[in-house]
Amino acid sequence: MLAALLLSWWLLPTHALLLNEIAILALFAVSLDLILGYAGIVSLGHAAFFGIGSYAAAIFAKLVMPDPWVGMAVAITSAALLGAACSVLILRGSDLTRLMVTLGVASILYELANKLDTLTGGADGLQGVVMGPLLTPLGALEFDIAGRTAYAYTLAVLVVCLLIARRLVHSPFGYSLQALRDNRLRAQSIGLSVNMRLVAVYTIAAAMAGAAGGLLAQTSGFSSLDVFDFHRSAEVMLVLVIGGTGYLYGGIFGAVVFKLMHDLISAWTPQYWNFWMGLFLVVLVLVGRDKFVRPWTWFGVAKP
Amino acid sequence: MSRVVLETRGLLKRFGGIVPTNDVSIRVHKGARHALIGPNGAGKTTLVNLLTGVLEPTSGSIWLDGQDITRLAPHLRVRRGIVRTFQINQSFSELTPLQSLALTVSAQLGLSGGFWKPLGSDARVAPACEKLLAQFHLDDVMNQKVALLAYGKRRLLEIATALACEPRVLLLDEPVAGVPEGERQEIFDIVGALPADVSVLLIEHDMDLVFNFAKSVTVLVNGAVFAEGDVQAIANDPRVKAVYLGEGETAGEAAHG
Repeated sequence: MLAALLLSWWLLPTHALLLNEIAILALFAVSLDLILGYAGIVSLGHAAFFGIGSYAAAIFAKLVMPDPWVGMAVAITSAALLGAACSVLILRGSDLTRLMVTLGVASILYELANKLDTLTGGADGLQGVVMGPLLTPLGALEFDIAGRTAYAYTLAVLVVCLLIARRLVHSPFGYSLQALRDNRLRAQSIGLSVNMRLVAVYTIAAAMAGAAGGLLAQTSGFSSLDVFDFHRSAEVMLVLVIGGTGYLYGGIFGAVVFKLMHDLISAWTPQYWNFWMGLFLVVLVLVGRDKFVRPWTWFGVAKP
Repeated sequence: MSRVVLETRGLLKRFGGIVPTNDVSIRVHKGARHALIGPNGAGKTTLVNLLTGVLEPTSGSIWLDGQDITRLAPHLRVRRGIVRTFQINQSFSELTPLQSLALTVSAQLGLSGGFWKPLGSDARVAPACEKLLAQFHLDDVMNQKVALLAYGKRRLLEIATALACEPRVLLLDEPVAGVPEGERQEIFDIVGALPADVSVLLIEHDMDLVFNFAKSVTVLVNGAVFAEGDVQAIANDPRVKAVYLGEGETAGEAAHG
């Protein structure tokens, strides 16, 4: 997996911008998988954390200092703080309540970003975010127009987050998330504090979504209301529908498939790409992912 | 008389017009093998839910080792040693028995919040899991998802999970319901072999098991304590026979009802 990602760096130097987008979406999807696939928290407002990370990174670079690493830390911290604050909202209630509450939080932030236009640029977006050189062990790298530095930077952040997430889900904490997803009552009765864990995982997932948002602002030099938009929360959910939840790499597969399809179909038929995307999703969900990726089983006679 | 470990004082729970637990005061002594019996709807499971904190009492109090735990959160009661099994299996359906037990043992060791080292990396976890898996004949299915296990196996896992919590007071809510005849005695043998200072409160319908296992009995009827005493006294109490055990021909029916 990681090897494939690193290979992509050499294989497709001319598509660095697309690859960068894929890697950002993948990181965003991995962060949603932590709460959806492991802890069973459904969210239609995960863009709230993506967006706050994006604006935090953009504003910080513009007003304070242009260093990307420090900016990333700021993006992650702001998203984590927002996640911790919002986590009290998802402790209670059923899936439907959570869908509405998370959706509501993202809408509130969208309007806030719209109204606070002295800080965020309002509906015009925050333009002209210029990043300083990326300090690496290999020396300082300037962000270039082809996006190679940007992609390397995004990939590094993605890999680090993925490694952290992998350790996390294999730890007792990770298993306890699955336990409380499967059976809250039982989780309590073996002495696990359900609420503390939900707060912790929601905060961590928010931080990672913030990292993804921060990457977008830093590598595109731009942040707009679009980062809080509903379609972003829905899109990342679709990515997990395509890639699958609860094994961490689903977000990456999903992001690759989603972005490549988007790119290819919209190049072929710019007006109707939504139609084909929708058709693909319907077929995928009806057939089932397991069967869909094994074409040789499609026309066999079902064994009794 | 040995020390009282778990005690309720005037415990009352009201759901609207229904009072499933009505002024219940019981005492469980250290090392007790205490049975809680009563006809269906007598409020036995409600009492267990109150003791473990799943429900909050309307009034009255619960004491563990002389400390008031009436408002203590459920997971904190487990950490203090009050552990239960459920009448209806409550398992982690997407985990395997091994993972479930490893998580439970880790929680006991205070490791369940660890998010860096893999589950089971602590040297104390594996031997404890191995012992429980062998004891409950779960070794052959330890890597299958719990959702795919047969009912009897899930029942065994339910009890194994409770024992993995290292209870000081163990509340068994109909532990052998649905377990094949042959394995019932085995479960009781394992429970009976618990250290002498572990107190066991058993809720059970099968009178043979109750009279074999328990030393003392509390009879609940309509949410209230109807009779209390040692096994012999209860078995011979004509009032208990009348309301619960039934008399003559209805005896078998009532015991299974």
